[in-house]
Formats: sequence, C-alpha cells, structure tokens
Amino acid sequence: MAQYAILIYEAESAYADAGQEAWQQAAEAHSRFAGQVGERGGKILGGDALEPTSTATSIRSDIVTDGPFAETKEALGGFYLIEARDLDHAIEIAKLCPAPFGGVEVRPIMDTSGG
Amino acid sequence: MSAMDGPGERKDARRNAIAAAVAEAHRREWAFVLAATARVTRDLDAAEECVQDAYVAALDTWARQGVPRNPGAWLTTAARHRALDTLRRNRTLRTKLPMLIVPEQRSADAAEPDDGSDVIADDRLRLIFTCCHPALAREAQVALTLRLVCGLTTADIAKAFVVSEPTMAARVTRAKKKIAAARIAYRVPESAELPDRLDAALTVIHLLYTTGHTDPHGSGLVRPDLVDRAIALARLLRELMPDEPEAGGLLALLLITDARRATRTDANGGLQLLEKQNRSQWDAAAIAEGCALVTDAVRGSRPGRFALQAAIAAVHAEAPSYAETDWPQLLDLYDRLLEAWPSPVVALNRAVVVAMVSGPAAALEEITGLELDGRLDGYRYLPAAKADLLRRLDRRDEARLSYQAALDLSENAAERAFLAGRIAEMAQPARSER
Repeated sequence: MAQYAILIYEAESAYADAGQEAWQQAAEAHSRFAGQVGERGGKILGGDALEPTSTATSIRSDIVTDGPFAETKEALGGFYLIEARDLDHAIEIAKLCPAPFGGVEVRPIMDTSGG
Repeated sequence: MSAMDGPGERKDARRNAIAAAVAEAHRREWAFVLAATARVTRDLDAAEECVQDAYVAALDTWARQGVPRNPGAWLTTAARHRALDTLRRNRTLRTKLPMLIVPEQRSADAAEPDDGSDVIADDRLRLIFTCCHPALAREAQVALTLRLVCGLTTADIAKAFVVSEPTMAARVTRAKKKIAAARIAYRVPESAELPDRLDAALTVIHLLYTTGHTDPHGSGLVRPDLVDRAIALARLLRELMPDEPEAGGLLALLLITDARRATRTDANGGLQLLEKQNRSQWDAAAIAEGCALVTDAVRGSRPGRFALQAAIAAVHAEAPSYAETDWPQLLDLYDRLLEAWPSPVVALNRAVVVAMVSGPAAALEEITGLELDGRLDGYRYLPAAKADLLRRLDRRDEARLSYQAALDLSENAAERAFLAGRIAEMAQPARSER
C-alpha cells in the first residue's frame, strides 16, 4: 500500500454564502466518505478541516505577513491522509471525497525511509 | 554471389544483412521486449537500458550464430538475463519505488494460458496503458508512447514535435518520475475504467497520426514516419484487444484516411481538396481493409466516436466521385457522431455536409451558430469552411475576409499557399460559373 494526501480546494466564499445548511451537508458528506473509503479497500490515516485563509499567517525569511501564502480563488480547506494500493485506487477514493465548491488534488506522500 | 566478390565484400554484405535484421526487430519487437523486461526490473529506465544492451548484443551474436527464428523471444531472453544479472550484482538497480506490477484479474472461468512461457503478450498492453495514463499530461503521454512503445530516441521525438531535445528529455524524465512516485500501476485497467482509459490511449495514437498527417509548423503536409508509427500502434492495439470495437474503429479510420495520402498534395506539394483528388490513386487495399473493420466496429448498439469517424471516412472512400457521395448517409452518421461526441469540431464538419444536402445557405447558418458559441475561436478550419460557403454563395468580399482570417491562423505552408490562392481568386471580378 502507498500513502497519498487528498487536498481539498474549495471556494471559501461559497460556504460563507451558502450558510449553515451547507456546513451541515458537508459534515454529513464527509462522514459518509469515511465509511466509503473502507468499503473500497482503502484506509484513512488522518486528516482535518482548516480554518479559512482569513485566519492564515505566512512567514517567509522571517517576515511575518497576514494572509495565505498564495491568494487563490479556491483555497486549501482541508486534507486527508489515506492509504491506497496505487494511483488508480487513490483516484477512485478521491473521486468520492466531498468538495462541492471546488475539487481535490491527489499527491503521493514522499517515501523518506531511505535505502 | 558472383566470383568477383572478395571476402571483404561478402563480410560487408553479411554485416548489412544483420544490421537490417536488428533494425527490423527494433521496429517490430521493441514494445514486446521492453514490456516483458519492465516486469523484471520494475523500473522503466533500467528496463530501457537492458533492452538497449540486448539489441547491441544481437548485432554481434546474430552475426556469429545467424538471426534467430524468433528475434523477439531472443531479445526478450537476452534483456531479462541482463536485468537479472544486474539485479544480482548490485542492488542499486532496485529503485526506492519499484513499479507496481498488478496481476491480471481473470474471470473464474477463463483458462490460464498454460504454455509454460513466462512472458505474457499482454505486457504490451500494460505498457501502452501506463504511458497513456490520464494522470500524465497529454504531451507526456504522447512522448512516452513514442519512446517506450515505439522505441524512438528522444532526439527523434523532439524533432517530430518541434521542441528542443533537452525539453523533450525533461518531459520524458518528469513523466517517468511521476509514474514511480505517484505509483501509477503497470497494469491493464479494470473493466469499469476500461472505456475511458482505452479512449485516452486511442486519442494519443490519433494525435500522433494527425501530427504526422498535417505537420502544424513544417512545410510538408505529411510526415510519413509519425503516420506509419501511429498506424502500427493502432494495429497493435486492435490485435491485443480484438473485442474492443473502438480499437478496430481507430485502425479503420487511420487506414482509410491514409489511403488518400498520395493524393492530398499536388505535384508541387500544394494542398489538394477531397473534391479534386484523383480517386484512382487511392490505396484500394488499405480502403478495403479499413471498410471491413468499420463493418465490425459499428455493429454494436452504440458505436463509439472512432468507429463513427471511420464509417464517415468509409462513405467518402467508397464513393465513385465527390458528386456521387452519399451525402444523406454522411449527415446521418454525423448526427450519430455528434451524439456520441458532442464536439464543436464535429459540428463544424457536419455543417460542411449540410451544405451538400441542403445547400450553402443552410450550412452558413450552422456555422454562424458555431461562431457565436466561441469554443472554436482560433480554430483555422472554422473561417476556412465559412469562406468556402460564402464563395459558393458568390459573396466574394465576405469570403475573402474569411479566407484571410483562416490564413492568419495557419502555420502550415501548403495550407497557406492554398488559402492565399483563394484570396487572390476572390479579389477578381465574379465569373458567371462558380
């Protein structure tokens, strides 16, 4: 098995505009997703939702600035760390990952074990 | 051999014959040998090196022992031995991320091939599907396919796509790294994903063909090497997946289109339209082979886009003349194609057929709709098709402007010469016949 990060990029404004109900639906969708990953033979190793980019602080060469590292319409809003057989399996799982206001990116975790 | 030949000349002749046999084996067997060797090395770079070495060894060994009866099997054995030797000698060949070799999923009733051979012919399919994986950029898919499946050098691929060799080398290296790091499995897709994945592979082969067929930058209209490679790949895929109608559809499409290769340009290398082509010079054998494939490919309930395009090419190929073409049947095929593949390019080609069935005015309406749609902005065949309709309606000023718009978008010398000719023609006073 290999490890992948599923990075969830969504338009933050969309959640703000959609209101409490959208949050509720997203929460339900994510708990459904957690079950689906197991059914498909994958495993969630970790993951979390992030506070919006308005809460972000960036640091580059000791200079601290307010805001995210890069200003984009769709920002990183959460992530999962999963285990999957191969990229096709990871993509199959990532397709189920809820991201109603954007999409997800699949990145392999670097093997730093050496050897 | 005459008595005049000295031993030196005989030696030369023999060396040339061996070199030719190795070159032939390179063209025919590269994919087979590489695919089987990758299974041992579990690393594409290492596999390439071992296969390269095997071809070098063949030059020497075949000169001494004669060309083996099955060159592909000989080369595979040689390359795999070399791979195993290297694996034993130094562990460094094993990269940190060995390629994922996933066993084929066989249905319970399918018999295992029990011929004792440890080389599975389908390894070539694994190789093709790995090169054409959707997680790779289209240009990387194309480059990898040429490099790994066809065995072309990076220099040749760079030349074919008009980029520098370092650029192409970087593209190939990046793609290989992604295959290893992202764990793209070395396998044939499962049936659920097969239609999409097969379409991606067919698209790559089709793109190779069209790049060769109409050189987007160069002066010649056809680059035979790319065209031949594309047809050979389509043939291979059809051979490996005989039950996939779209694989047969693509081969048919390429065969029928290419049967007209000799007549697409005139004696001076200028563009010759279908209307003016000498049909007696079309390759009848290729057309016959293509048309037979079409019959099979469109048999199912919902023929795919390659099968339908092949059926359209077949209608053209079988028409005794341009005027006697079965335009209503073409229109029906285009309607079905548009349904299977809702692309504005298809809609544009369909409009050309509408002109033949219902006249240029009706077709012009469709093209105006496509212009408003905007998805074909910058596509040179849109103003070219519009110009031709305006010309036939004798709206010469508007026609000239549209030809000019097409000219501004084309970089192909043969096409530019043709369009410039039309512009000059439109500037002359109207004649009674058109």
